[in-house]
Amino acid sequence: MTKFNFPPSITSRPVWGELQARAGSGHVFIADAHGAGAIMDMATPDLMAKAHIIYIPKGHDMSAELKALGPAQYYEGPSYAAASSRIAHVLGQAKMGVQVYLAGTESVMGQAMHAAVQAGIPSGSIQTEHRGSTARRMQCVHCKGFTEDVETDPFVCSHCGLNLFVRDHYSRRLAAYQAVCIDAEDPGNVPESKGIYE
Amino acid sequence: MTIQFNDETFRDDYSFRNSDWAIKRFPFPFHEDSYMYSMNAEQHRGGPAGSVFEKRFDVDEHYISEMRDRAIVLDQDPLRCQSLPHMTLAGWDLLELIMVSKSEDYPDLFELYRDGAQWRWVNKPLGIDDTFTFMDETTLPYGPLEYITRQSQGDFALLDQRENNLWMDAGMITTQADWSLDFDIGMNFFEWHAPVPLAHEMGIFKRALKFLMNIQQGAPGRRLNWTMTVNPLLDTSPENYHKWGIQKTSLTPENIGAKQHVRVELQTFYRLPRSNALAFPIRCYLCSFQDLMTVPKWGRRLHRVVRDLPVELATYKGFIDNRPMMLDYLSQFDDGLPTSFGVFPDLDSEPPLQK
Amino acid sequence: MSAAPQKTKSGSETLNVVVSAKVPVTDLVTRFEFTRTDGAPFPPFSGGAHTVVTMQDGDRTRMNAYSLMSDPADLGIYAISVRRDDTGRGGSKFMHEHVAAGDEITITYPVNLFSLDLTAKKHIFFAGGIGITPFMSMIGQLDQIGGNWELHYSARSAALGAYADVLREKYPHKVHLYCDDADQHIPLEAILSGQPLGTHTYVCGPEGMISWVHSTAASLGWPEAHVHSEAFLAPEPGQPFEVRLCKSDKTITVGENESLLEAIERAGVDAPFLCRGGSCGMCETDVVTADGTFLHRDYWLEQEEQAAGKKIMPCVSRFLGGVLELDR
Repeated sequence: MTKFNFPPSITSRPVWGELQARAGSGHVFIADAHGAGAIMDMATPDLMAKAHIIYIPKGHDMSAELKALGPAQYYEGPSYAAASSRIAHVLGQAKMGVQVYLAGTESVMGQAMHAAVQAGIPSGSIQTEHRGSTARRMQCVHCKGFTEDVETDPFVCSHCGLNLFVRDHYSRRLAAYQAVCIDAEDPGNVPESKGIYE
Repeated sequence: MTIQFNDETFRDDYSFRNSDWAIKRFPFPFHEDSYMYSMNAEQHRGGPAGSVFEKRFDVDEHYISEMRDRAIVLDQDPLRCQSLPHMTLAGWDLLELIMVSKSEDYPDLFELYRDGAQWRWVNKPLGIDDTFTFMDETTLPYGPLEYITRQSQGDFALLDQRENNLWMDAGMITTQADWSLDFDIGMNFFEWHAPVPLAHEMGIFKRALKFLMNIQQGAPGRRLNWTMTVNPLLDTSPENYHKWGIQKTSLTPENIGAKQHVRVELQTFYRLPRSNALAFPIRCYLCSFQDLMTVPKWGRRLHRVVRDLPVELATYKGFIDNRPMMLDYLSQFDDGLPTSFGVFPDLDSEPPLQK
Repeated sequence: MSAAPQKTKSGSETLNVVVSAKVPVTDLVTRFEFTRTDGAPFPPFSGGAHTVVTMQDGDRTRMNAYSLMSDPADLGIYAISVRRDDTGRGGSKFMHEHVAAGDEITITYPVNLFSLDLTAKKHIFFAGGIGITPFMSMIGQLDQIGGNWELHYSARSAALGAYADVLREKYPHKVHLYCDDADQHIPLEAILSGQPLGTHTYVCGPEGMISWVHSTAASLGWPEAHVHSEAFLAPEPGQPFEVRLCKSDKTITVGENESLLEAIERAGVDAPFLCRGGSCGMCETDVVTADGTFLHRDYWLEQEEQAAGKKIMPCVSRFLGGVLELDR
């Protein structure tokens, strides 16, 4: 599929790259849905011999293709939440020199990056490649609840029900963009929703 | 002088008031008749007697009430004070810096007795007399950062220095100009400043970062920043914006002089000795338009600055909608006369309003 | 900002100290201990910090940076250890021969350009020779806060390994000494392999050792941000050259045995500095015109910046050729 070109933005907004094989003592891949394609584009037998792929199909199942790459270890989970304890364990056991590759939606890359940073890898050395949906994981700054898969701006907080606008300000610690009440100064005056990138 | 502490509120009935003394020493943030971003920093080594620049950590008439307001904020939202695990040492550094500075600068209000690691801290205004072991968290009711900043006016950010950058890794943030520590904690210098318009393009932050990373032990720095706030509300947090934002629409030509406040941050920068982190105290001062207008020079200048500010900045600072009403009010205090350079009131040399 | 801005002084704040002890450590290394002339305790400092010592050598003022290597928990003294270098510009020789216990000298407040990364889960130190000094205070700091660390120390011989005996006695399981004369070498690849995630490594020693650690770590997939180094850059002697200082309207000649920065200071021109070793960036100076060859030796400017010839770091870099005009 064609890649989405994110418009230029502010300095806290993550810039996604393109996966490239690097020297390392092991290779951990975490991807969802179309992210599988990014792995397939750069996989080599050498890399796969020391690779652990963690894949969340999320309605776009490319598990057969990934398995065919012959990774040393392969896991498939129904959601990031389901996979998260395995991810924390794998990273917790990993040694210096391990390389982490993330591919797919911003939500999964963001959450996996946070897990890798917690494990002791600096964010700058974690590779990423965006593929698939451009939906965002948003945090309501008021109630702190996360709303997944937000594609429109403004949107309604799935926790507290406030009308929120979508900011580009992004927290790597929370793996989320910030959402702020849009009608605080004029309650009820909520503009019509449109796509975030429209 | 002995400070007479006010009994006042920064919410609900807003009984906050500045005395004449507090108005004259208000850190008016404009040294000339226009404003654009600049680092504009200088060394923080005292200043004119009685000014807010004189002491390392200024204590004024609002001290007790500000600390009461902070306690209310923390009761409602403990996430306003956070420290990532590696920042505990920097917290002790800050505690030491504040205790030593305040006990030396205000011996009538604060006392510090040190016998090795056994410390006794006496805070007379707040009625605190605690004995604890320096560097042992179990001997304090809170972590060192929270303990000392529950007793110090202004917000405090602790910035870790690594990878050629500064990282917002701890803070006590309850009197902020609309930014969230809970969201921004862990960000680097460019990330937490990302929402500020224009300044990135101007290269301001690159130069500012370089300046801050070179702040050395024994040579602290300072600068002023400002914004506007309707009502003397200290806690203008994004968390509560859905509650306080509506107050911005409560201005009328009749109440603007009393309700509209200039909000000034006296930012200081200290290299912390044990952690090599940077302490970034952000002290908030509020003054109503009508109180500011008692100083003719400030009246003339504020009108000109607000009138000529670029739209992006007025939007970012949150007063673009109220600007026309502000200008109607402020223009009454601008007679077109020139103003003297610098931030001080110059009451003896500047002429009274000529209209 | 205020109506009374104070002029910024170059360098750091200074402390007046007395040399309280001068202790031979090895045949080449001597420790100098200082107490404050006013008897007050020293400011606390962080592991890896240095101080710049001012020496009055006749009418020549020498300023050299040395790592603070005393225990950060003891604020009664500061100590530095100086390795005698008979081929250098004479600073270390002056310290060894002319500075004695009881002398009063001036040192700067601590400045740290080689600090511990406190986010690290483990710290691995690689020291070569006198490169042990910053690790002495880092180890002291980690001891205070219960940090996890190990030291790999390479020296020409056990006798020349300054502080190796003290360290091995105090931390027998954490300190590893490798002596050239016993044909022992740091098994770098083995050490860097298998470390837990979140480990940081620090190297201080000769340039070759520093680049060896950096390149080996990179080849094993270590992130660059986890490899820290401090090189000892002392200004190197070189051919004398002439410089025009535009702002001050002065022309000076940089002598064979002094740095450009020292020559600027000798001319009475105030110039900013911190490390005097090419790494902090403080003395960065704009070049107005240049016709000749820059001898850039700093770690501050990017390679492209060095090649562009628009900036120079006068603390360590020199110039060969006809005309050099600086914005100073």
